[in-house]
Amino acid sequence: MDSHVAQLQMQYRNYILSLYQQGFLDDQFTELKSLQDDGSPDFVAEVLSLFFDDCVKLVGNMARALDQTGTVDFSQVGANVHQLKGSSSSVGAKRVKGLCINFKELCEAKNYEGCVRCLQQVDIEYKTLKAKLQDMFNVSVIIVHMNPVSVWDDFNKIILGKE
Amino acid sequence: MARDGGVSCLRSSEMLNVGLGGMESPPLDLDEVHVLAVDDSLVDRIVIERLLRITSCKVTAVDSGWRALEFLGLDNEKASAELDRLKVDMIITDYCMPGMTGYELLKKIKESSSFRQVPVVIMSSENVLTRIDMCLEEGAEDFLLKPVKLADVKRLRNHLTGDVKLSNGNKRKLPEDSVTVHALLPPPPALTLSTDSSDSSPPLSPVEVFSSPLSSQEDDDVLTTSPGSSPTPEESMGRRQKMRSPGLD
Repeated sequence: MDSHVAQLQMQYRNYILSLYQQGFLDDQFTELKSLQDDGSPDFVAEVLSLFFDDCVKLVGNMARALDQTGTVDFSQVGANVHQLKGSSSSVGAKRVKGLCINFKELCEAKNYEGCVRCLQQVDIEYKTLKAKLQDMFNVSVIIVHMNPVSVWDDFNKIILGKE
Repeated sequence: MARDGGVSCLRSSEMLNVGLGGMESPPLDLDEVHVLAVDDSLVDRIVIERLLRITSCKVTAVDSGWRALEFLGLDNEKASAELDRLKVDMIITDYCMPGMTGYELLKKIKESSSFRQVPVVIMSSENVLTRIDMCLEEGAEDFLLKPVKLADVKRLRNHLTGDVKLSNGNKRKLPEDSVTVHALLPPPPALTLSTDSSDSSPPLSPVEVFSSPLSSQEDDDVLTTSPGSSPTPEESMGRRQKMRSPGLD
């Protein structure tokens, strides 16, 4: 095996492991990965893409709800937090989910300052995760491109270590 | 499919056209399970649809209780024509949904003459005992904690295959019979970074998924139960135990 590919492969694995170790991902992400196969090779990418669309939408809703000049409808904010908590949980976005748990409590306490701060953190967190996962996918694509043989056979051989 | 609120459906009239009673096996598997999935979250719909497809169910996914009732033909007072009755073998629904909750949907299904026999499974991200009890008392077949895993769906599927293969007459067990609570300890946390080789039952550690061979051969025919692909009894019971213990998030 080409040593460049082997090196990239190792970096890729280490990168993914670090995402788990740093708490970006949890075992639900592993579960999603295990649902992907040759017949559905884009499953994880598709789910993640929908998740990030959700993030944009829900963060927008929350920002608008918190931006009311009159009384803030905390139950409205809370409803959006609940949705985000759900989808982050379903994709294994551990840090985002953790923030949503705090956020929910802040909504119940009607803590305006706390909610605004938490929303900012959520915004940063999902964007950070998105960037990291994008890096991960980019590396996997590069590795696959280095070997012109059948794309998915190669993916399995190199990335997953199948012989 | 799941994005626009649901596409595929099987009507029993269509299935009858497929040569029931013929000598050769019909192109459509009459044992094929059709599941109606209800969840307002698109992400969750995609995931549950995938989980169900992997366990060889046909899936119709809708985004609300109202759409589910509409799909089942229960949204108006008039009874649907008997001949065109849908073949729905299981309904799996989220609990927290705007408009109509999963509990309200469950009640409506249990009130209908056409579909009260269909097992209804509730999914929820919240482990609230009173909620669980309420749903089970209303006749829910099972209660799954989100995020739902393949092991959960496989367990449901295996359970369902047993029911579907019996006569259409008395296939529905009483709720009390089908719900058991096992006082076993929950399984240890799923995420480990050890390199212990495991069988194909979840959970897989990230090391195993990303560096060791995925058993993709099995994935291709995961349709029939293959060795090791069913959840261990401890895991199924463990998740049920997780459901029953207050304070676990």
